[in-house]
Amino acid sequence: MILEGKVPPGALDEKWTKYRSTMPLVAPNNKRRIEIIVVGTGLAGASAAATLGELGYKVKCFTFHDSPRRAHSIAAQGGINAAKNYQNDGDSVYRLFYDTIKGGDYRSREGNVHRLAEASREIIDQCVAQGVPFAREYGGLLANRSFGGVQVSRTFYARGQTGQQLLLGAYQALERQISLGSVTMYNRHEMLDLVTIDGKARGIIARNLLTGKLERHAAHSVVMATGGYGNVYYLSTNAMGCNVSAGWRAVKRGALMANPCYTQIHPTCIPVSGEYQSKLTLMSESLRNDGRVWVPKKKEDVERIREGKLSPVDIAEEDRDYYLERRYPAFGNLVPRDVASRAAKKATDDGFGVNKTGLAVYLDFEAAFERYGKSEAHSSGVHNPDAATVRKMGQKVVEAKYGNLFEMYEKITGENPYETPMKIYPAVHYTMGGIWVDYNLETNIPGLFALGELNFSDHGANRLGASALMQGLADGYFVIPYTIGSFLSKEIRTPAISTDDPAFAAAEEDTRNRIDQLLAVQGKQTVDQFHRRLGLIMWEYCGMSRNATGLQEGRKQIQELRAEFYQDVRVPGSTMEFNPELEKALRVADFMELGEMMMEDALNREESCGGHFREEYQSAEGEAKRNDEDFTYVSAWEWKDGDDSVLHKEPLVFENVELKTRSYK
Amino acid sequence: MKLNLKVWRQKNGQAKGGFETHQVVADEHMSFLEMLDVLNQDLIIGGKEPLAFEHDCREGICGACSMVINGRPHGPNKGTTACQLHMRSFKDGDTIHIEPFRAASFPVIRDLVVDRSAFDRIIESGGYVSVNTGQAQDANAIPVEKNQAGESFDAATCIGCGACVAACPNASAMLFVSAKVSHLALLPQGQVEHENRVQSMVTQMDKEGFGACSNTYACEAECPKEISIENIARLNRSYLGASLSSK
Repeated sequence: MILEGKVPPGALDEKWTKYRSTMPLVAPNNKRRIEIIVVGTGLAGASAAATLGELGYKVKCFTFHDSPRRAHSIAAQGGINAAKNYQNDGDSVYRLFYDTIKGGDYRSREGNVHRLAEASREIIDQCVAQGVPFAREYGGLLANRSFGGVQVSRTFYARGQTGQQLLLGAYQALERQISLGSVTMYNRHEMLDLVTIDGKARGIIARNLLTGKLERHAAHSVVMATGGYGNVYYLSTNAMGCNVSAGWRAVKRGALMANPCYTQIHPTCIPVSGEYQSKLTLMSESLRNDGRVWVPKKKEDVERIREGKLSPVDIAEEDRDYYLERRYPAFGNLVPRDVASRAAKKATDDGFGVNKTGLAVYLDFEAAFERYGKSEAHSSGVHNPDAATVRKMGQKVVEAKYGNLFEMYEKITGENPYETPMKIYPAVHYTMGGIWVDYNLETNIPGLFALGELNFSDHGANRLGASALMQGLADGYFVIPYTIGSFLSKEIRTPAISTDDPAFAAAEEDTRNRIDQLLAVQGKQTVDQFHRRLGLIMWEYCGMSRNATGLQEGRKQIQELRAEFYQDVRVPGSTMEFNPELEKALRVADFMELGEMMMEDALNREESCGGHFREEYQSAEGEAKRNDEDFTYVSAWEWKDGDDSVLHKEPLVFENVELKTRSYK
Repeated sequence: MKLNLKVWRQKNGQAKGGFETHQVVADEHMSFLEMLDVLNQDLIIGGKEPLAFEHDCREGICGACSMVINGRPHGPNKGTTACQLHMRSFKDGDTIHIEPFRAASFPVIRDLVVDRSAFDRIIESGGYVSVNTGQAQDANAIPVEKNQAGESFDAATCIGCGACVAACPNASAMLFVSAKVSHLALLPQGQVEHENRVQSMVTQMDKEGFGACSNTYACEAECPKEISIENIARLNRSYLGASLSSK
């Protein structure tokens, strides 16, 4: 199979403009007849469904949630990047493009990333017009802050709830189209299979989660925006319902899975507290603007902290190791996520972890309290304030910036982060890998498109902070509405697709069989027990660092677990009813197959890049060693049941950026 | 810690529901929903039907969780969703009553799961700014006074969980509706459609069967995002103004 990225020719900054201006269109009278299915209502799905509806297409939109507004984009905290250069600090579309390519460790497509950087500016305009209440300066103009891996201030934010506000904007745009009749919404419907006719994506099988009925839905084209697969690790910052199933069903129908081993482990999450843990909570990267990461220098201090005999605030400045500032002076605490996570792992592997499990480091705001306090005292005319006053005033400033995050931390841990430093540890957060798509966001199955976190195209091997929201909205608002025309302009003579086609009956039958198979086992272990075990295998062998032996072992263990699952899982209830355990069982079954493919991909990629760190490929100082000679390609995997997956390679061509060793030192 | 749970079980909207008693052993660091996970694992292993409850993000932002704990939506802690409530807020040996949000406009689907699609229909009736993709001017062309933007944000933090409805003796949705109206009314972008929005959202709210507001303030007390009752006052003023000036 030859994979064509279809990046248009020409100068980098003209590609998208030219392409967009010359691509085939669908006339309004034809749009009215053409049906599009959109699966997923997060930032990418909701914005796509709303915009396609505005353009006049007949859209059917699906979510497994009770409302489109619950999609997990809602939980994104820190912000959204845009190359507006409102701060006059040297930002530009090219710089955002370059930062993203470099941040992704030179494993993404130049053309796609540049388009993303271009669209970033329009996104902010669009969101403000919708009424997204971004943070403002006193003059009423938009405020910005910095995120990891960059040296400009280009992140727009709405306190620590930027994802919520952006999603509500997209959700409201979607609800408006629903009221206008251009979008039909199917809440509590889960896509369980993709239907292809003559090789083209023509519909889905969805289960009505309230009644259990399997429904056939047909359209000229299917757009999927169903998010990432971080929950393959069981514990992650994803919501409980996040899953890979829609995407995985497409893979089982022939779509390719690209770079599945590229997973982002976020450095600042609240550490695991016990075996019952169901999910992990992120503390936004924006905190690293003002928080300093450290562990004690002395082992005896570590011991006494773990025994509860010493408080971190009593450790003298010279006895603290601010290891990010020490190792990466140029970027300090704002190094990209993969670098920060590995540094935390090294600190704890070396025995400096500061909680009972030894898996935590400090994120300390004392310096920020002092800095902000002094400036606040100065501007409010308090001369020679004492330390306590400064601290108090500084805390107020920090509270205004991150109040909700500090509150959330206290609710979860029971500790007050204004008085004692936060304890944090890396956790699975985002998956850069995903369904393979070309420049049009079209998969290798004609008529099937993948947007947002579900696709692989923009973040390479590591995503920079505040770029996920940007990509989701770029794909939905500003890319797919144009690029879907490349497929649909050839379909204007195609009549409405009928659900009586034998392909629908066959897919429905397959789905029913899968459900019946799971319900028939009636074993002794719950779905969650299997999911937890899968997560442990993934974290152990395919987590923050990987090696060949471990990956082979991990793959073997998943195969065994999968066999056991089909012999011993217990799914209560029946299919024709509201049955959350059955929903979970179907998702976990897919996660197990994906996990195996992730191990294969990680094993194949004999280099360290971004979130993928192979222990065999590192420098003497423990930094990642990329191998551009042999691995400057996208790994696109074709699933083969019961056998090794087949690897297809899309070479990555860099015409504008010179491949360098990524250094934040 | 050992807990006695009295949980509401109801097969579906038509069936008669009732409390069922269960014992659970929990850890004080668990979240409330993790405690319910433990219960469900026990139930499944024991061959019984697990308790259905809605949940997703488990960090207090998606608005999926919808349970009344010891008579209070989302439980005893102020400004806290059920998923963020931790067992350290309870004592060993406590008896905990867990029920669904109760309101005629939120029919029970099963156990603690209710149908809140009425909220979507209210937003659909006008809870937006009518701007198509691509129609926007430069973002900084619309300055918004900092505190005003902050106030708008405070209203916009509503997570659409419905605790306000569950808390209200009249099952009124005024806090929800007024939060959306205020969010948009406090921004210049929302001004153009303001009057129509107020009227159509209130009309839809009434059509969904939510009750009237009688100023008990229960909604504000129980709102996990601590949305202010001032929004209701703003809605009332706007509604009156819109009614007087409507063509």
